[in-house]
Amino acid sequence: MLRETPVNIALVLLLLTVPVAASAMDEPFIVTLATKVAIFATAAVGLNIALGHGGLVSFGHAAFFGIGGYGAGILASHAQNYEPLMTWPFTVEGTQQMLIIWPVALLAGGIAALAIGALSLRTSGVYFIMITLAFAQMVFYFAVSWPAYGGEDGLPIYVRNSFPGLNTLRPLDFFAVAFVWFLAATLFSILLSRSRFGLALQGARQNVERVRAVGIDPYRLRLVAFTISGMITALAGALYADLNRFVSPSMLSWQTSGEIMVFIILGGVGRHFGPLAGAALFILLEYALGGVSEYWKFLLGVLLLLVVLFAHGGLIGVVTRRRHHG
Amino acid sequence: MSAALLIEQVLNGLQLGVMLFVMAAGLTLIFGVMGLINLAHGSLYMVGAFACAAVAAATGSFWLGLAASLAAAAITGAIVEIVVIRRLYSRDHLDQVLATFALILIFSEGTRWLFGSFPLYLDVPPILSGAVPLPGGGAYSLYRLAIIGAGILVAAGLFLLIGRTRLGIRIRAGEADREMIAALGVDIGRLYTMVFALGAALAGFAGALVGTIQSVQVGMGEPVLILAFVVIVIGGIGSIKGAFIGALLVGITDTLGRFLLPIAFGTVMNASDATAVGSALASMLIYILMAVVLVVRPGGLYGTAT
Repeated sequence: MLRETPVNIALVLLLLTVPVAASAMDEPFIVTLATKVAIFATAAVGLNIALGHGGLVSFGHAAFFGIGGYGAGILASHAQNYEPLMTWPFTVEGTQQMLIIWPVALLAGGIAALAIGALSLRTSGVYFIMITLAFAQMVFYFAVSWPAYGGEDGLPIYVRNSFPGLNTLRPLDFFAVAFVWFLAATLFSILLSRSRFGLALQGARQNVERVRAVGIDPYRLRLVAFTISGMITALAGALYADLNRFVSPSMLSWQTSGEIMVFIILGGVGRHFGPLAGAALFILLEYALGGVSEYWKFLLGVLLLLVVLFAHGGLIGVVTRRRHHG
Repeated sequence: MSAALLIEQVLNGLQLGVMLFVMAAGLTLIFGVMGLINLAHGSLYMVGAFACAAVAAATGSFWLGLAASLAAAAITGAIVEIVVIRRLYSRDHLDQVLATFALILIFSEGTRWLFGSFPLYLDVPPILSGAVPLPGGGAYSLYRLAIIGAGILVAAGLFLLIGRTRLGIRIRAGEADREMIAALGVDIGRLYTMVFALGAALAGFAGALVGTIQSVQVGMGEPVLILAFVVIVIGGIGSIKGAFIGALLVGITDTLGRFLLPIAFGTVMNASDATAVGSALASMLIYILMAVVLVVRPGGLYGTAT
């Protein structure tokens, strides 16, 4: 049987080489698909910190994904229209610089996750699933009914936001940006899970009473994890907005929350490279089955059902025949 | 703002509330007895609506369609329970969410494949078309009044079923202690299938009734499903009484919020801003209500501890 690490390395190398090769063969569409995989995987890495490591089944991560997306879209639209974001008490201009947009997306996602988490973490189990879903719906309906930034129609970004030294409109350049973020997020998640904080978080998932007994407050632990998780997903949202050059409430919809969860499950819960495997499989299926049948989501549903019912370790679990420990 | 308009909005809120109750009752029963979160409950609502539309179109009778919606949803529910859901009772909530999310994809795309993407329309049966005069002027749709009546009848029937019949005793016993009632010789597998089919039939019934006011289309179930979740979380998961109170609360809050908030904001700002702020806030109102309830009582109004 294969071990997990070589499989992970192979996956990352595949994600890197496929778009480089496709770019050399002048297949920009494939590069865009790979970029989408990297971005979705980053969003799922974020959720995985809450869900896989913390055992917090959040059904509302679309809220953070969309908030990051709207952060990018709103800043860019103000820059495009030369309208300052606010003029009082001081003037804030919009921007198309990714280096400014990213911290804003991280901050906005973090604040939202802190607020939603602070309320939601008072509950647990099914109530937690439902209340995170409800908060995401709240943000969704707000975006739909607030007319200033496009409402239901969404918000276009006419020119992709820029990064110094890169031409982000070239597919391979933008892929590189998304890929580096994916690697950074994954590395961060691995380091986090090995840190004292990560160990305590996993401890709180396995046995909350013991964690309490050694003097750690699980509420604060989980709130920090949930906030970090929301920030990473928000960053992925900002990248996704740039990929499509468009932000719409559909980024905030409950289906998006479900899909980010599906990436993790297809790959394998709690595995560091599960999000990549899951997102890659999802995009491949969308692309391959979408060509075969208009109703590809039917087949996706059947596959997902089979994975949940029979292949508990997800894709990486099937390949390595190893259940995740811990 | 006239009194008649306000009465009309309150009735609309009641109508939304009782339909949400019919949806939420099944959901909360299934959770209470089997401990299962069923995201596919909205799909059963859709199945009911499509069955009603298809049979009504073929036979010309709304009532046959309504009967078909009950039967189709109950049978679909029983099959789904036996084939898939049964394997999920012992799993954690994450697996349940994902498996039933997968069922939504299967049902939605399957229905799109069978019926196409275009919405179907159901006609109000002739006997219920027309309007009833309201006190203070104005008139109200007879069909919507009939829906309110039907919802209240279903609620009464459910309370009787749960409180007064042998099946109800078994359901309550199942909520309290599964192993014990299995040990006492109740066929727990069959009981679960019956509860699931009952919940499914209720969802299908709601789908058929609401499908007549709105259009019957793929994806119609999910917005209602999420509202029904809000209802059972507010009411306390597992409690029929909580679902009833929660449903009325959500129905009235949502409807009156959409009606009154823009008017209220109109008194302090100009009309277009007031409409924007009011409607944005109104669409978030029930989620705010839910958050407030959960902060004050994390187990819902009538729930036990989390």
